Amino acid sequence: MLSLNKVSAGYGGFQALFEVSLEVKAGESVAVIGPNGAGKTTLLRVISKLIEATSGEIRMEGRALAELPAHEVIARGIAHVPENRRLFPRLTVEENLKMGAFEVSSRKFFSQRLEFVYGLFPRMKERRAQLAGTLSGGEQQMCAIGRALMSGPKLLLLDEPSAGLAPVVVQAIFGLVRRICEQGYTVLIVEQNIRQVLKVVGRAYLLETGRIKDSGPAAELLGSEHIRKAYLGI
Amino acid sequence: MSDVFDIFLLEAVLNGLLLGGLLALLSLGLNLIFGVIDVVWICYAELIMCGMYAVYYLHVQYHWPLFAAMPCAVAIVAALGAALHQFVIRPVLTAEPINQLLVTGGVLFFLQAAATLLFGIEFKNLGVTLPSITLGEMSFSASRLVAFCVALAGMVGMYLFLKRSYLGTAIRAISQDRAIMPLMGVSPSRVFVITSALGGALAGLASCLLVLQYDVHPAIGLSFGPITFLICVLGGLGNMVGGFIAAFLFAQFISVGGFFFQLEWGYVFSFIFFIAVMFWRPRGILGGK
Repeated sequence: MLSLNKVSAGYGGFQALFEVSLEVKAGESVAVIGPNGAGKTTLLRVISKLIEATSGEIRMEGRALAELPAHEVIARGIAHVPENRRLFPRLTVEENLKMGAFEVSSRKFFSQRLEFVYGLFPRMKERRAQLAGTLSGGEQQMCAIGRALMSGPKLLLLDEPSAGLAPVVVQAIFGLVRRICEQGYTVLIVEQNIRQVLKVVGRAYLLETGRIKDSGPAAELLGSEHIRKAYLGI
Repeated sequence: MSDVFDIFLLEAVLNGLLLGGLLALLSLGLNLIFGVIDVVWICYAELIMCGMYAVYYLHVQYHWPLFAAMPCAVAIVAALGAALHQFVIRPVLTAEPINQLLVTGGVLFFLQAAATLLFGIEFKNLGVTLPSITLGEMSFSASRLVAFCVALAGMVGMYLFLKRSYLGTAIRAISQDRAIMPLMGVSPSRVFVITSALGGALAGLASCLLVLQYDVHPAIGLSFGPITFLICVLGGLGNMVGGFIAAFLFAQFISVGGFFFQLEWGYVFSFIFFIAVMFWRPRGILGGK
């Protein structure tokens, strides 16, 4: 569904990604794991075109994204849940969800998808008239994921959904991610919480200092010597 | 004696209410632009002047009926607003605020000078006089009543648009997090142009209401530009609800203050009130952050 071929990118003179190649097939859940500053967020930002790749090619369902302006990427079926959730704090929960369905072809499905998101996250239905800025961290993450689902995406990009949350809430969020994968969504998730995310996804890539260092089925990476030593402290 | 006194006081209060509606409409466009784009259109009142000239020329020179001339003037000023953003604001969008002020200030003088050259300095009157309405012993000018009702309808319309529609929600969202708007499928630069056209349309609506009450001349912007700006600051710059409240407070000071003393004193009191509030709440009545 999504393929990156030798994609490089950076900010100004600083290069953050070096010839990264990866692939996500339809129905798969894939994680990109790695330490802070490895370029994981940059990777997602390049896919949704918030920053331009300096070289390489990104294809969604076989079609290149190169010529597309950032605001048209969502129409290709890619929804991005950004780092730190980035809800609109002074809009209500429901208005935030509405923004997720802004794209013209999504609007006619608004009430249908709203019901789906409320079914997935009953807490959001209870809080629908509340300003998003007053939600707890876990609720904000639900709202941010719900907002992305409102566009009816084929591919969901999740940027560190567990960041900044209490341990109990982290468990709940990974439970949600598992449920979303089981719903048949194709998911590309970026995480620092390596042990947890590898239990949820099928396959993973290890990103270090902007380069793919390892890849394989999640269970295999969980058992790899390098990852156990460097990240899991075993 | 005291009965007569009371009824004229009531008249002053009601006149203040009518004036407040108009001032609220004036401040709404400026607040919308500042709240969304974070730029102050110093030349806002000069856009209104352009709209007043548009109504005047279409009606008096080209004999268009008012119901056609006025919507056309609204469209013209809306286009001016969009052009102002595209050609003047956009290049300085990320520049220092002082540069943005200077640029829109430059447009103010440009429009004034251009109007002087094109239309001359004489006061031009639309030649439409609406009757006075008497209610008991009180009398009100119908043009003020019309202005109040249209201004209120315009504000309700704008409120519903911002609250209910996708585009309106995006306009509110963009001021909270501009950087992630593309992830919602929203092009920020397009929303900015649309918002500027809306701000222009509000200025155009105000010009239609003002031209019924005042003669138009190249410097007319100076007679309500500063007061519009003060109202926005008093309410909290960019806060539309604050601007609404501030407009009605200001209008009462002008009208009731003018009733007890002289009209000019009304303005003096309102400015004293403004300065006092600025000491008490430097960011305006509803200004947060």
